[in-house]
Amino acid sequence: MTAATTDQPRWTRKDLLTLAELSREEILHVLDTAQGFQEVSTRSVKKVPALRGRVVVNMFFEDSTRTRMSFELAAQRLSADVVDFAEKMSSTQKGETLLDTARNIEAMGVDIMVLRHPAAGAALHLARNVKCCVVNAGDGQHAHPTQGLLDLFTIRERKGRIEGLNVAIVGDIVHSRVARSDLRGLQKLGAKVTLVGPATLVPKTFEALGARVTHDFDAILPEMDVVNMLRIQKERMTDSGFPSVREYTRLFGMNRERLKRCQPDVLIMHPGPVNRGIELAADVADGEHSSILRQVTNGLAVRMAVLFLCQQANMSPERED
Amino acid sequence: MAKTILIRGGRVIDPAQQIDEVLSVVISDGKIAAVGKQAPSSADDVFDASGLIVAPGLIDMHVHLREPGYEETETIESGTAAAAAGGFTAVACMPNTAPPLDNDSGVEFVLRQAARTAHTRVYPVGALTAGRQGKELAEIGMMVRAGAIAFSDDGDGIADAGVCLRAMRYVGMFDRLFIQHCEDPALSARGCMNAGATALRLGLSGISATSEVVMVQRDITLAAQCGVRYHVAHVSTAGAVELLRAAKKAGQRVTAEATPHHLLLTEEACATYDTNFKMQPPLRGQADVAACLEGVRDGTIDCLVTDHAPHGRESKEHEFAFAPFGIIGLETALPLFIRALLEPKVIAWPRLIAALSTRPAELLGVAGGNLKVGQPADVTLIDPAVEWTIDADKMYSKSRNTPFDGWKVRGRAAGTIVDGAWRYRNGEVAVP
Repeated sequence: MTAATTDQPRWTRKDLLTLAELSREEILHVLDTAQGFQEVSTRSVKKVPALRGRVVVNMFFEDSTRTRMSFELAAQRLSADVVDFAEKMSSTQKGETLLDTARNIEAMGVDIMVLRHPAAGAALHLARNVKCCVVNAGDGQHAHPTQGLLDLFTIRERKGRIEGLNVAIVGDIVHSRVARSDLRGLQKLGAKVTLVGPATLVPKTFEALGARVTHDFDAILPEMDVVNMLRIQKERMTDSGFPSVREYTRLFGMNRERLKRCQPDVLIMHPGPVNRGIELAADVADGEHSSILRQVTNGLAVRMAVLFLCQQANMSPERED
Repeated sequence: MAKTILIRGGRVIDPAQQIDEVLSVVISDGKIAAVGKQAPSSADDVFDASGLIVAPGLIDMHVHLREPGYEETETIESGTAAAAAGGFTAVACMPNTAPPLDNDSGVEFVLRQAARTAHTRVYPVGALTAGRQGKELAEIGMMVRAGAIAFSDDGDGIADAGVCLRAMRYVGMFDRLFIQHCEDPALSARGCMNAGATALRLGLSGISATSEVVMVQRDITLAAQCGVRYHVAHVSTAGAVELLRAAKKAGQRVTAEATPHHLLLTEEACATYDTNFKMQPPLRGQADVAACLEGVRDGTIDCLVTDHAPHGRESKEHEFAFAPFGIIGLETALPLFIRALLEPKVIAWPRLIAALSTRPAELLGVAGGNLKVGQPADVTLIDPAVEWTIDADKMYSKSRNTPFDGWKVRGRAAGTIVDGAWRYRNGEVAVP
């Protein structure tokens, strides 16, 4: 890659914490860098030496098979050594703080920490206290920036642009870090975002963040270029959200009938894992409008780009080899 | 030892006697002996208070001293040293210790420790319900006999309206102040900052203003039935101020208090996930701050308190959602109230002294709060002009959890006299 050959580097951050803090140019730079990495996955030898000799540690304090695997493969394709930190094996249950855990891991000589954590702000908290790179792989309900970037990447790939598009995000918005990162990223690139779901999960307060809020899914379908269906957590029913899965599906599920009301080239997205038959009917999930698997593929390229760019930015001149 | 102290040249402000002029104060045998223009020619100890304010001792009716149970974060000794250094001659300590102060032996323990180690007067507040569980009444009568000055489950509000009404009736029987931490747990559950757009943006779960307003509204209705003296702790919302104003206008015996942080900071301060901005009630919006200031101005809010809540560095150095609520405040209260209330001319000095001394003494039913001849000599000297920078590392409190570290402020206690003895002078807390 030749990302930093021009007089001014277009990426100077050692950490990726949120999309809110990125400029439009920075987001586009990641997407363009990811475009370059896309090709690596199609080679028979799926490796480039960009991070050879670097160590990436996956620190996951929440279960997540997909995101963890995606980061692991991304790091491996860049030739980094990858270490896993699993919460159940860790000392956090003995009362060690996140910072102590992180400082211990850093003392072993780590270059990048990929953090998934149940508390909002955890990645920022970590980044302020370690010298190595921190990539936020999801912090509570706050942000999931690589998911946001891969969604942007997929939309741009399928639609050729993002500016001016009408994008609906449907589901449990209030508890969703994906929704927040998508919203921020889409706004920065000029899309119009509509948040859809029951009033208990999509409060009007989101209008203060510049989104349109509606509880009538059917009414907005014809205008949408992209419909991003979020996974519904059945546990939320008792908590706050909605009376029954049946009612949710009827009011806010994407199915063949609703698809007919959409534009013919509408893009249906889902961050996975899909509750088939609940928020998304199986035939729509597997149909031509769906980009679900493409999102997963693109996620790898986007994460390669993020790991690469952050590491580059954090490299002091004397360490450059 | 009969000892006389002469404080001369200071601006004496005693709202109880409507005094605000340069006078001399004479202290003899631990009592106020004279306040007037004529100064005796000699005294054992002559203090030149030129340029200073001489006020009745400040009383903070809402602090957490953490003893028993959390002595690594504060003790009665260290907390009252912080109080003396902040200009307070007395503090009322909340019962959420471990074990909680819900019986007479707990209250006796606090008073015994205070007698041994405290630098100021200590007034224990007893729990309203057993174990602060909000279910059964605590032994309120036994605690009254042991010396509990008021009652509260502070840290939690009593969620069950039936239990709350019983507690009000029972406390009313002893004519003690009923202090409620107004927060409906069903509406604030698991929240860690004010509910609203900022919380949504940060992905932090919210504590709605409604959780405070709903309980204030309910309590005003309940208290009207039993005539108890009802007091709202740390008011933070415009809605609560409005309800209190209406209840006062209707002649009900309700009172309220506010903290410096709710008069100076808004929820936006949480944007960096700094846990020193995490407190309960949470920092609210700009309109709430404005309403609280107006509440102080028009007297809807009677008293000013710190809600001094020490926590160790190890517990605050956590993810925002996992860190405990609360900040320390005893050593920063005076300049912060000056910043919030005097500099923008919301109120003037006599009102500030009344809210920090006269009114708390009246509500708690304790001595002090004025400089009348014959009263115990609790006196606070204030330098209203000195400029200084708040430094969390230079405090008497055992904890450092303040969001005001590094603030450049004006005004500070210059001396604290309790029962006729110097407890703070020349920047040092005296060993009792």
